[in-house]
Amino acid sequence: MTSAPRGREIAVVAFAQTDHRRARDELSEVEMLMPVLHEVLDRTGLKTADIDFTCSGSSDYLAGRAFSFTLALDGVGAWPPISESHVEMDGAWALYEAWTKLLTGDADTALVYAYGKSSPGSVRDVLTRQLDPYYVAPLWPDSVALAALQAQALIDAGDTDEPALAAVAARNREAAAANPHAQLRGVVPQGDHLVRPLRTGDCPPIGDGAAAVILAAGDRARELCARPAWIRGIDHRTEAHGLGVRDLTDSPSTRLAAERAGAFDRPVDTAELHAPFTAQEIVLRKALRLGDDVTVNPSGGALAANPIMAAGLIRVGEAAARVHRGVSDRALAHATSGPCLQQNLVAVLEGEPR
Amino acid sequence: MPEVLKAPLVVEFPFTRSLGPVQSAFLTGLRERVVLGVRTGDGRVLVPPVEYDPVTAEEIRDLVEVAPTGTVTTWAWNHAPRRGQPLTTPFAWALVRLDGADTALLHALDAPGPDAVRTGMRVRVRWAAERTGAITDIACFEPYDGARREPSGHTGVFEDPVTGIVAAARLDYTYSPGRAQTAYIDALSGRRTVGERCPACRKVYVPPRGACPTCGVATSDQVEVGPRGTVTTFCIVNIKAKNLDIEVPYVYAHIALDGADLPLHGRIGGIPYDEVRMGLRVEPVWTEGARYPDHYRPTGEPDADYDTYKELL
Repeated sequence: MTSAPRGREIAVVAFAQTDHRRARDELSEVEMLMPVLHEVLDRTGLKTADIDFTCSGSSDYLAGRAFSFTLALDGVGAWPPISESHVEMDGAWALYEAWTKLLTGDADTALVYAYGKSSPGSVRDVLTRQLDPYYVAPLWPDSVALAALQAQALIDAGDTDEPALAAVAARNREAAAANPHAQLRGVVPQGDHLVRPLRTGDCPPIGDGAAAVILAAGDRARELCARPAWIRGIDHRTEAHGLGVRDLTDSPSTRLAAERAGAFDRPVDTAELHAPFTAQEIVLRKALRLGDDVTVNPSGGALAANPIMAAGLIRVGEAAARVHRGVSDRALAHATSGPCLQQNLVAVLEGEPR
Repeated sequence: MPEVLKAPLVVEFPFTRSLGPVQSAFLTGLRERVVLGVRTGDGRVLVPPVEYDPVTAEEIRDLVEVAPTGTVTTWAWNHAPRRGQPLTTPFAWALVRLDGADTALLHALDAPGPDAVRTGMRVRVRWAAERTGAITDIACFEPYDGARREPSGHTGVFEDPVTGIVAAARLDYTYSPGRAQTAYIDALSGRRTVGERCPACRKVYVPPRGACPTCGVATSDQVEVGPRGTVTTFCIVNIKAKNLDIEVPYVYAHIALDGADLPLHGRIGGIPYDEVRMGLRVEPVWTEGARYPDHYRPTGEPDADYDTYKELL
């Protein structure tokens, strides 16, 4: 059962994020994260002591800093001791854990945050360390190379071509022109091939950033937010881990997660897709059956800002923020992790009728 | 604000990994120039082979030899190879479905240029000259327009099978400690110890990490502490650490510098190890050109009252 049972409705009630930039050398991870934590708490008037459960997502490998997530906790103010957890995944999976915690009734409020500083390392190489250590990681295939294999498979299947991919890039970054947090905004040249068929414009910017959301259950959510973004369903699924076992032109795990989250029960008006590479948006639109009437990535998506480990949580936050503002009534948020859309999470958020 | 400090940081480790029976047979096979797959419950042959069926999760052990020739199912041209990748000259990444297999293997394809590569092209394994039982025993694939090579029907049983691999990993970073620690390190270069005060609880943290872990707010007021301090607690080290030129036994202690609300740690010298005690008053000893105190030595003052440091233990 992955849809919220009746009687325990859970909503995203606040969202905050940094301005995502190529490098925030002047700040440690906790220094980068702290203003976002304060901002998201301020939006609800809550203090750390009012939060029943805290969950975060990050990876020490990005900045090469061991136990960085424990140092990041300094920014929460974890004394007296708090109920806390961490996932070595995108913050969207931390949100999933927090959602289950709220479902149990043990908590009414949760703080979820995620951060990534990619600037200290070479993120293309760092991400090879998450691959199969026996057959794949010894070859050091970088993240752009693996995404390029997927893009070529889509081109061969007739699902896309280079001009269509360029159009995906342009549309996302045009949308990002209205998003002050985004790193790449407006017109960005497609550039040269980085790993053919992908050009620099098909790839996400590398950068540093953080994001946080607050979840609340039932009436507590209504107290904290004028129009809570109710999580009507949320689910996550994974593909077989061998790249050569998968059909790279499709994402059955996304489709299944969407089904379980109830995404196909009624149409959505907005979708925030976590597609760091242009070709992946083609795969996701197909798997999620998104028509032209759906507003896709009004934030600019991961092609405009991709702070690793936070970019998926930002999709949930951006979708929720549109519900909060009354711009969306039913929004889909998607997050991904691993190479070529390896694992996928889908959440459906709704506002109450106005 | 001083300029942001940066320094190279190399994180390097050899992962020693044991192999399951299927992985062991596959990697031993590569050493012997034999490519093995594994048959799943529904009759498909997976190459590279896995220990468990990706659909049913059942244990699978039925090894099948496949050909060293195959077909490219997708590819990507890598004009700028990166460290650790199979070839140092431009190459194509390719997923290759070997003849007799139902799934594809990721590796490099050595080709003169992107125009020489296409999905559906025929390729064969180029074996590495020295093979140890690792995926890199396949040096790469190369274009091949000859006849299909039939496998010999190897059973997957080898003498002296490999049982593990050592996977070396190295990542290079440019480390930057952030605002608070930069200020701390800058002050140390002038032989001063500077902490930061929490604006809410007024505690002074040394070294500062930029946030008060109790209050969750930024620390910003810089406060010079020490140089003298009090040993709050200590231990006697009896085992010599690698690469450390200090005779054992010696004392390692928590030291609350005067004005700090958190002890830092350091070695105690200038006193026999068995005379160090809680409350001992100490001061830093700097050596020429050092970036931090080498150790702390007794000041000769009377010991501090327990009540003055009991909150700092």
